[in-house]
Amino acid sequence: MDRKITYNETVVRQFAIMTVVWGVVGMGVGVLIAAQLIWPALNFEVPWLSYGRLRPLHTNAVIFAFGGSALFATSYWVVQRTCQTSLFLPKLASFTFWGWQTVIVLAAITLPLGITQGKEYAELEWPIALLIAVVWVAYAVVFFGTIAKRKVKHIYVANWFYGAFILTVAVLHIVNNLAIPVGLTQSYPVYSGAVDAMVQWWYGHNAVGFFLTAGFLGMMYYFVPKQANRPIYSYRLSIVHFWALISIYMWAGPHHLHYTALPEWAQSLGMVFSLVLLAPSWGGMINGIMTLSGAWHKLRTDPILKFLIVSLSFYGMATFEGPMMSIKTVNALSHYTDWTIGHVHAGALGWVAFISFGAIYALIPKLYGKEEMHSIKAIELHFWISTIGVVLYIASMWIAGVMQGLMWRAVNEDGTLTYTFIESLVATYPYYMVRLLGGLLFFAGMLLMAWNVWMTTRPARETVSARAAAQEA
Amino acid sequence: MDINTVRGLLTLVLLILFLGIVVWAFSSRRKKDFDEAARLPLEENQDGSEDQNKHEGRS
Repeated sequence: MDRKITYNETVVRQFAIMTVVWGVVGMGVGVLIAAQLIWPALNFEVPWLSYGRLRPLHTNAVIFAFGGSALFATSYWVVQRTCQTSLFLPKLASFTFWGWQTVIVLAAITLPLGITQGKEYAELEWPIALLIAVVWVAYAVVFFGTIAKRKVKHIYVANWFYGAFILTVAVLHIVNNLAIPVGLTQSYPVYSGAVDAMVQWWYGHNAVGFFLTAGFLGMMYYFVPKQANRPIYSYRLSIVHFWALISIYMWAGPHHLHYTALPEWAQSLGMVFSLVLLAPSWGGMINGIMTLSGAWHKLRTDPILKFLIVSLSFYGMATFEGPMMSIKTVNALSHYTDWTIGHVHAGALGWVAFISFGAIYALIPKLYGKEEMHSIKAIELHFWISTIGVVLYIASMWIAGVMQGLMWRAVNEDGTLTYTFIESLVATYPYYMVRLLGGLLFFAGMLLMAWNVWMTTRPARETVSARAAAQEA
Repeated sequence: MDINTVRGLLTLVLLILFLGIVVWAFSSRRKKDFDEAARLPLEENQDGSEDQNKHEGRS
């Protein structure tokens, strides 16, 4: 085994940089729409800047552009390193990069124009959805092809998680996007009524379960042991974690449709599976955090490890909150309120973004042949301002959500509603201000990261002057 | 057979399958294999491939 492997790092580098770029864009749009909820005039009376069009742009940008690029970058890195072989079909891998970026640009154009299927997290119209399917199949070919030509006996657990994410997202995307086109920018889904709703939330919840969870757990299972420089706490637990998580997540979707036209038994099924999900979720969280057992001191000095470990704490919080909110009687209070928004951001900012920050900070220096990031102090600062940002965000949305739920259900003795809707909105304003502040802090951290990455990756001055000297000679 | 009996049996089969996975994962026979697998992310460190340069590694 003394042979050199030339890992394909170009595509990893491309995706890693775009993760940072789309992070800035997606979170920036998030801050804008958070401000629009307080000052509606911020849409400047321009249709393209209206909240209803920018909100899907925000969600698509942070989930698929920022999160997606992070998943592509890390999965291509991890699968090569842990299989000790280069990427299968590197040209196809390059196609996935350019294809995925095209999808993102098309989304950024069509969504503000109001071209949408109107399905949450599946807004993009059929020509773009088709391109996504092609890119995704190419991704699967590259990833599984690389596993097939691995030079080691085992398929490391991170690759199982990445593999499940790739396979499931392909199935989810294709099934949920089956539609009849009636023009280049319009189509109708083949499903209707309650079935359409169920397919959408089967997709929607598994997008959370496989895109935002399984994929990032793959990241966790590589970067936490790597950064701590010790093997995962329990490899056996990781196997049970994998099978339990993927087989239970599939059935949790109906909890998005409590008290709707969906059959009662399907709602209860969704609730029960969501409750069971707590077990594998926490199993995985404990497995990740306990990897530091006996080496907790590393947390004091290594801000990258801070990001990785705190992301697991937020993962634990969000996966406790989720099952709780899926209980029908709790959902009766929480649904349609800002509590849901708080819950999503506990997962999206605290878990998904934090683990991605940690992974990208670990990757960038390696990809550019540097010892470490330009400024470790800046990573530390990024960690603290984004932690404060997340906490402000989710705490304000919890309070706002519970308050809204209580106000909406309050009735007078004669059966009339105690509060008008507008009264609940007025009462929410202070919390919207706190949320905006939290979002601003998180966005500021993202900008700091962009600066740090720029300083780390820009061509060194010495090289330029050395080249000039060489030309003179 | 009543459809609910089938459903009940399916639940039982899945429970056994899950317990089977747990037993398999935690059996002492698999310990060596899993310890080996768990070291995969760290192995590249031993030969210092990361410190070489940005484009190449060694196995």
